[in-house]
Amino acid sequence: MSIEVRHISKTFGRFRVLRDVSLRVETGELVALLGPSGSGKTTLLRIIAGLEQPDPGSGAILFHDEDVADQRVGDRAVGFVFQHYALFRHMTVFENIAFGLRVRPRRLRPSPVQIRQRVEWLLHLMQLDFLADRYPHQLSGGQRQRVALARALAIEPKVLLLDEPFGSLDAKVRQELRGWLRRLHDEIKLTSLFVTHDQEEALELADRIVVMNEGKIEQIGTPDEVFHSPKTEFVACFLGQVNRFSGRLERGKVHFATFEWLAPPEAQEISCLANIFVRPHDLQVLVEPNGQPTLAARIDHIHSAGPKVRLELTADNGQKLLAEITQDQYRTKQLSVGSRVFLNPQNIKVFPLPSQEGGKG
Amino acid sequence: MFGWPRVSPRVLPGFGLTLGLTLLYWSLMVFLPVIALLMRAAGIAWDQLLQTITEPRVLAALGLSFGGAALAAALDTVFGFMVAWVLVRYRFPGRRLLDALIDLPFAMPTAVSGIALTSLYAPSGWIGQWLVPLGIEVAYTRLGVVIALMFIGLPFVVRTLQPALEQLDPELEEAAVCLGAGRWATLWRVILPTLRPALLTGFSLAFSRAVGEYGTIVFISGNLPMKTEIAPLLIVVKLEQYDYAGAAAIAVVMLVAALLLLTLIHRWQTGYSFLRA
Repeated sequence: MSIEVRHISKTFGRFRVLRDVSLRVETGELVALLGPSGSGKTTLLRIIAGLEQPDPGSGAILFHDEDVADQRVGDRAVGFVFQHYALFRHMTVFENIAFGLRVRPRRLRPSPVQIRQRVEWLLHLMQLDFLADRYPHQLSGGQRQRVALARALAIEPKVLLLDEPFGSLDAKVRQELRGWLRRLHDEIKLTSLFVTHDQEEALELADRIVVMNEGKIEQIGTPDEVFHSPKTEFVACFLGQVNRFSGRLERGKVHFATFEWLAPPEAQEISCLANIFVRPHDLQVLVEPNGQPTLAARIDHIHSAGPKVRLELTADNGQKLLAEITQDQYRTKQLSVGSRVFLNPQNIKVFPLPSQEGGKG
Repeated sequence: MFGWPRVSPRVLPGFGLTLGLTLLYWSLMVFLPVIALLMRAAGIAWDQLLQTITEPRVLAALGLSFGGAALAAALDTVFGFMVAWVLVRYRFPGRRLLDALIDLPFAMPTAVSGIALTSLYAPSGWIGQWLVPLGIEVAYTRLGVVIALMFIGLPFVVRTLQPALEQLDPELEEAAVCLGAGRWATLWRVILPTLRPALLTGFSLAFSRAVGEYGTIVFISGNLPMKTEIAPLLIVVKLEQYDYAGAAAIAVVMLVAALLLLTLIHRWQTGYSFLRA
């Protein structure tokens, strides 16, 4: 079932949490709402579930192209997984999962045998079989997370909403559960929307990512699109680290630091100030100048523990920069703190500044 | 060899000191009076003890004290839950004042409460004048006893439930609602079971207070033997007749019964494994 959000706004007191937000999640998609805390992503998720009401007259929420404004939370058939799981602590794992089936009106309620079968199937799916009789406080964080998911799935929801599903787990469990959730989603193909502030999580898990900031959607796209072709400076900065240069767009060229690049096609005609973004892994590090224009810099720190080696640098013009090279390059180049290197960007992203000074350029 | 169990060193030392002071304090304040009572009762022969406590008048008084206390505490638990819910969940003008007034039954001299309640519910009183024509008599009846006991027990329930309700995660209710539970199912299957320990604590505090209550009731009950006479009053009556053995006998029965009941409630309260240490 698809989810559509049309022009939704939400105000808490004088604070505008959501400003005219629209998005569509197609049937069977796994979509991430990504943004810093306070960007309104959780509020949006809660409005979709029906736990919060949007500002009156501000738009509509549609499930399968049908307005659900008048439907109560319980009638929306939404599986909601809370950040802190919200498990019922006086019930066993089995009873927690069975809850949604047991509270159904009598005529819709499955028989005790059917309930048992469904709960056991879910326990099996979540690899929780051996925990059926435990209480929530006897479980680890990852197990609680899976119980919460099983409980949400028990009511056969048409939509699954997850609020920071891995927020309170340690790094290793988080990594495991991520892969596991992806496989689960591929298996049951349930339209799913999850909130996260962790860009890695969004990039790794989601079919599409909705990047939010200050109550607005900055960009919607596949992980590839938002990472490699960010539409706004915010998206570029939020999805991984960047080096920012101040430069100028002029007659189809971009000038920044010691470099001159061809302007991107959409900015051929304009002349103005611009911000130029270079990701750390797009900054080539040379031991000697190669004849092309380069930026000379000195290495301040080397972080070599990890799949890549990160270098903190200070350019000759005083700017602090970040570069990322492979372990192989690091070994062959024999870099050390204090080494003098020459930098050459391989790939840039230009954001013209919407400024009145544009005309002067 | 027998020895003290070894206590592993803690960041904050002082297990010996605090346990010693606790035991000393507890002995002086609780244990000694109870021992004195038991010793007094031990002087009574078995048949005399049995005879005293099986007197119809004594049985009636004990029944009223325990039965009335249980009923009042149960009603207090229901209404106290509502009061605490309103105070914790809603913001309305006068909330702080109402919150402060909850403690009033704690602070008022019991005789004052008793006289106030009596004058309210007497046939000529503000409330009594409306109830009596309907055939509901409160003053000088068992109903009056229960109402007085509810009055003094309510703060215990409210004050026990308030912190528990404040800690009750709203996400629990939201989760229940998302899973399709209606209001009743959410209340009965999620909220009340989660609050069970606090509800039972509030109940047992209100109950304990009510079993031993004396001052408030003697005014409103009218103290008719076999009808509205409570056990603590009977003890006073026996004392005034210099029947110390009889007074001690009733007291011991009350002590043992109260202890048994509170232990049972406590067992029930800690019955769930999630509450165990």
